[in-house]
This record gives sequence, structure tokens and C-alpha cells, in this order.
Amino acid sequence: MPAPRTKFYQVGSFAVGNRLLPPEQRAVQAAPDRGNALTSGHRACRGCGEALGARYAIDAAIRATGGRMIAVNATGCLEVFSTPYPETAWQVSWIHSLFGNAPAVATGVAAALKAKGRTDVRVVGQGGDGGTVDIGFACLSGMFERGDDVLYICYDNQAYMNTGVQRSGATPPAARTATTPVPGGNAFGQGKNAPLIAMAHEIPYVATATVADLRDLEYKVRRAMDFRGARYLHILVPCPLGWVTDACDTIRVARLATESGLFPVFEAEGGEVTGVTRIRRRIPVDDYLRLQSRYAHLFADPPRTDVIARIQASADRNIRRFGLVD
Amino acid sequence: MLRQMEGSQAVAETVALCRPEVICAYPISPQTHIVEALSRITRAGRLGTCEYVNVESEFAALSACIGASAAGARTYTATASQGLLYMAEALYNASGLGLPIVMTVANRAIGAPINIWNDHSDSMSQRDSGWIQLYAETNQEAVDLHVQAYALAEELSLPVMVCMDGFVLTHAFERVDLPSQEQVDAFVPAYEPRQVLDPDDPVSIGAMVGPEAFTEVRYLAHARHLEALERIPAVAASFEAAFGRRSGGLVRGYRTEDADTVVLALGSVLGTIKDVIDELRESGEPVGAATLTAFRPFPFAALRALLGCKRHVVVVERAFSTGVGGIVSADVRAALPDAEVRTVVAGLGGRPVTKAALRGLLTAGEPEPLTFLDLDRDLVARELARVRARRRSGPSAENMLRDLAGGG
Repeated sequence: MPAPRTKFYQVGSFAVGNRLLPPEQRAVQAAPDRGNALTSGHRACRGCGEALGARYAIDAAIRATGGRMIAVNATGCLEVFSTPYPETAWQVSWIHSLFGNAPAVATGVAAALKAKGRTDVRVVGQGGDGGTVDIGFACLSGMFERGDDVLYICYDNQAYMNTGVQRSGATPPAARTATTPVPGGNAFGQGKNAPLIAMAHEIPYVATATVADLRDLEYKVRRAMDFRGARYLHILVPCPLGWVTDACDTIRVARLATESGLFPVFEAEGGEVTGVTRIRRRIPVDDYLRLQSRYAHLFADPPRTDVIARIQASADRNIRRFGLVD
Repeated sequence: MLRQMEGSQAVAETVALCRPEVICAYPISPQTHIVEALSRITRAGRLGTCEYVNVESEFAALSACIGASAAGARTYTATASQGLLYMAEALYNASGLGLPIVMTVANRAIGAPINIWNDHSDSMSQRDSGWIQLYAETNQEAVDLHVQAYALAEELSLPVMVCMDGFVLTHAFERVDLPSQEQVDAFVPAYEPRQVLDPDDPVSIGAMVGPEAFTEVRYLAHARHLEALERIPAVAASFEAAFGRRSGGLVRGYRTEDADTVVLALGSVLGTIKDVIDELRESGEPVGAATLTAFRPFPFAALRALLGCKRHVVVVERAFSTGVGGIVSADVRAALPDAEVRTVVAGLGGRPVTKAALRGLLTAGEPEPLTFLDLDRDLVARELARVRARRRSGPSAENMLRDLAGGG
């Protein structure tokens, strides 16, 4: 089913208008029988984008599969904060093996299900950006090229947050981390664009999403479950600890990432872009960067207008490349 | 059924008889013939719905086995050498999670210098990974150990590594008695996992465990290995009852009854050692041989029962711990505190362990506590001289090969 055309956001506010919709179009989270895959009481930080993204994504996957699913988790924040045994926040069958092997473990689970004729049960792999674009990348690429029946979700908070905010292959230019200190921050011209690399594998479905547009996130999980084979969903999940933002700004900063063009939200089938989320109200990258103290060195005295201009240029390129502005 | 066949083919046929549901394959010599044969067997439809997954690395091979095993499938993979090391993190994970994966290790040296030939430095390096390690003396035993491995692994919820000498066994054509499907089905019943990823009964597997219970969880792994010390001989006994031949078990002696000196070794080198023992026996020497089929868990009591009264034990090792010497010897010394235990490091990187060298060793007066069999001491001395002569002496391995080729 394509995404509903209804505008959910009232102009000037960000309220989701579930009450205005017929029940079948309402959010998964609006349903009293939602999966609640990641229950409350876990140990995520206040304002954690990953906890929010994971709950929405897995609940949407539960809805799409009728609860017939198994989750495979890489080592990282999500794993650590959700399973401090004897407590587990997971209401689905869940396995954690290692940091760098979640896609391969998911491959194995899918292979076992296929061998046993249990193709009604679907597999979702998940990990942070470090586990996905760095240490787990070979396994991820192998899973893609073989076309194993797995939806792999990367919760991208742009650094190794679990170990205390070190640079990853997904850390953006100029961002300060514990291993890319100021002056300078992270270098330009580095880093991996995992969604585009996933598309280069010509897998059935690749999409990006953010926790600022949770209806879109839910739609993309559901859409991904329409396909068999390897699928990839890359979700931007701000991290108050690592981005040095207020916990109350998680949604806002994610929205500004898309409104500035720095994080394009799109979907692609078979290696071709089939849909983009247009920017409703374009903003300069300054508005996004200023909220985050990991970029504070750009706004010191004197400000690094040259660096900000380079970041703006990359946002402008995204906007042109993906047609983000009408 | 008796057949003349390559060791790798025999192992592949046997693994197929065990009805694996997921096979993960990545090529590395000298293991490759096994997974090649299994790909043909799977493609021919002989394994029903078995999934044969061509993965991108050994790390992925074992990781996919972990996922498949946790989802309730009987799994198999094979590797060797660098591949086993590349799996190392997943090895500990598989045993820590208690997943009964069976893997063949076609024993091969570890580089640098890169070397594809046989020794035991790969599996010895994973001694403490929590896997049961069984060593095959012959291709027949390799076949039989795979059947026993699945029975053991699934009974104990522990992964089992069946180690067979690369090339010496994997590529050797020998007469092998392959079991029948009916026999194997009776010996290895359908896998019933203790833990399984099931949407109808959700569990979390692989949670973080802190200081409050980590010791106990790890101790349980040790306890299961101690249980394996009971189960390995029991499985070997029921195997003998069902298949009519002795295979496996913990330890085996050869002409040890009145022996004063016993040569102990793991794997195929025992064949050569037995020949030497026979020859020395003919000339009246009181010598015998012994082998450890199980190296992990280490059969202290069984070894003591077999060799407790012996005065001299010579451990022939196909690997060593740099800066120390013998790896197996350390455990043998602990098992036999009254015996004089000597270490002979032999057959590294495929160097033949000859009867002449072994005979010389056993008939020489008092061997050193640590001997490197057939070591070319002059070659080493010349390289040490080059190293002393100038700072930039260059890469040693290449220097020594050039030296051997006559280039000084």
C-alpha cells in the first residue's frame, strides 16, 4: 500500500493528526494492540533517538508480520540498554551475538527458517552505525549480495556512542567526537553513505527515515516487509549525549537534519530512487548545527564560516541530487 | 560400506548423513574439498531443504551458523588455519551461547610466514575457546568422529571441532567404511534445541551478564566440559555397539602394557609413531605409544589410568607456544606428575615426521626437555649472524629461503 497522501502535520505545529484519520490509516503506535516490542524500563538515556526509532521500527515490523518475526541485534547501545539481565525490554524473539556479525547471524536465522519451511517468520537485523557501516560492513554487504531474506535496520547516531562518542564511518564532517577533537573535528571527504552503497547492491528495497517523521518510518518498515530478499533501512536517530543536544530536542534536531538537506529521506527499489520526502520549509544548515554543541567550535569567535559553507554545500548537493525541493 | 575415497569426500558424505539443515561455506585450503562436495550433495537434492550458504568470510560462516543454530537448525561448517583465527570471536560466542555447531578443522599452519601445509597451530590456538576438540588419527576415525560429534554436541549443547590433518588426511585416498543412513539416523536423532528463537515463545538470547553471574555462567561451560569427559567415552561405546568398530573416546594406548617410554601424539602422525614403536619393540626396546582423541576437555583421569605408571613420556607436538614450548605437554605434565615428560616439536608447516628422525630421537641417550625435530640449526645460526651483522638485515623468512637456495 503506498503512503497515505493525507498531510499529518498541521502548519506551524508538529502534532500528528491520528484522530482525523480513519482507523486503518492510523499509526501503529496509535493502536491499543501495538507490539510494544521495546517496553519501558530499559536503560536508554533521556531523549534517546535510537530507543524511539527501534520501538517504532520493530512495532511496525510486528504489525507487518503479524508478530511472526525474530530480531537479531548487533552489540551497541541498543543491545546494552535493552538487556541488562535479568531484565529484557524485548517482547519479540531476540538474539545478540557480536558487534560485527549481526547481518550474518540474521542470514543464518533466515536460512534456518527457510530450511524448516517457516517462511512465514521474518527476520529483522539491527545495529548502530558503527556495527553497520564499520565493523559489520563486510557481513552486511555479503547479506545484500546474496539477497538473504532479512530487513536490516541501521540506527545511525553518527558515532560510537556506547563507548563514549568516538568517530565512526558515519560521523559527519566537522563533528567533534572523543577521537576527532577540536580544533577541526571530523575531516571532510570521509565517511560512508551506507544507503547509496546498499542501493549499489541493487537489492529490492533501500530507504532512509528519521525519528522526526515516525509515520514515514512506520510506512518504510511496512513497505520493506512487502519484499522478499535483502532490504536496508537507515534511520537517523539523534543522540543527546554524543550530539550534545538537549534531550527535548531529539525530534527537532532530526527534523532540521532533513529540512536542511543534510539527511535526505528517500526510498529506492532495485537500486533506483522511487520516492523522496520533499523539504517543506528549507532551512540553512546553521539552524541544524547550532543546536548541537558537537559543532560549537564552528560558532566560536571567530566563527568558521568557511566550514559552515562547506557543510551547506553538501546539503545543497543532496537537495539537487535527490530533488528534495520542488 | 567400504569405499576407496578421499578423506574430504568421506567427511562430506558423513556430514550429509547427519542431515544438516544449514551449511555455511567459505573456501580455504585444505578444507575446501569438503564444502565443495557438500555443495554438490545439496544441489543434487540429497539433503532435502538444507540451505547451503556461500558466505563472504569465515567470520560470517560461523556467525551464520550461530544464527541458524539459535533458530533450531542443525548446522555445519568447515575451516582451517587463518580461517579459524578469523572466526575466533565467533568461536567463543558460539560456545558461550551453548550452540551445538559441528565444524571440521582441516589442520594447517598459521602464518606468517604463510604456509598451507599441515600442523596443529590453528586448533591449538583455539584451545580455550570452549569448543570440544576431537582429533582424528585416520580418515575412518574422521568419519566416525563427525557422527559422534553431532550426538555429543546436541546432547551437551556445546560446539564440537573435529580436527583432521590437512592434506595428510583430507587429501589422502584411503579405504573408508561409510555408515548407512539408517545407522546414522538411529545414532543422531532429530535435533531438539534447549533454546530456540521462536515467535510463539519469545526469548532473549545473548544478554549482557555482569559480575553478579558471569562466573557462574562461565563455570557452567566448564561443568559441561567435565560432563563431556563422561559422555565422550559413552558415545564412543554406543558407537562401537551400533557400528561395530572402535572410534573416538578420550585416549588410546598402543603397546603400552610393559613400556618404559611412551610417545604421545595427536592426529595422523600416530601412524608413523606406531610403525617406529613396532620396529623398536622388535629390537627389544620397551616403548609404546598413546594418543589423545579428546584434547578439550582434557582427559586427565583417563590419561593417568593409561600412563600413570610410566617413567618417560615423549609428547610429539605439531604446534608450540613461543617462549614456552609444548602446549599438550603442559597438560600431560599435570596429568602425570611422576613421569618425566619431554616435548618434541615436530612436523611444523608440513615438514614430514619421519621414522628415521623418531627412531633417532627415541634411541638417543637422554633427549632434551624440549627438542625441535630435524631443526636446521646451521640455517638458524646463519640468519642470527646476519641479524647481528647489520641493522637492516631484511625479512628473515626470505633471507633463509635465499640461503637455502644457495644465495647466502
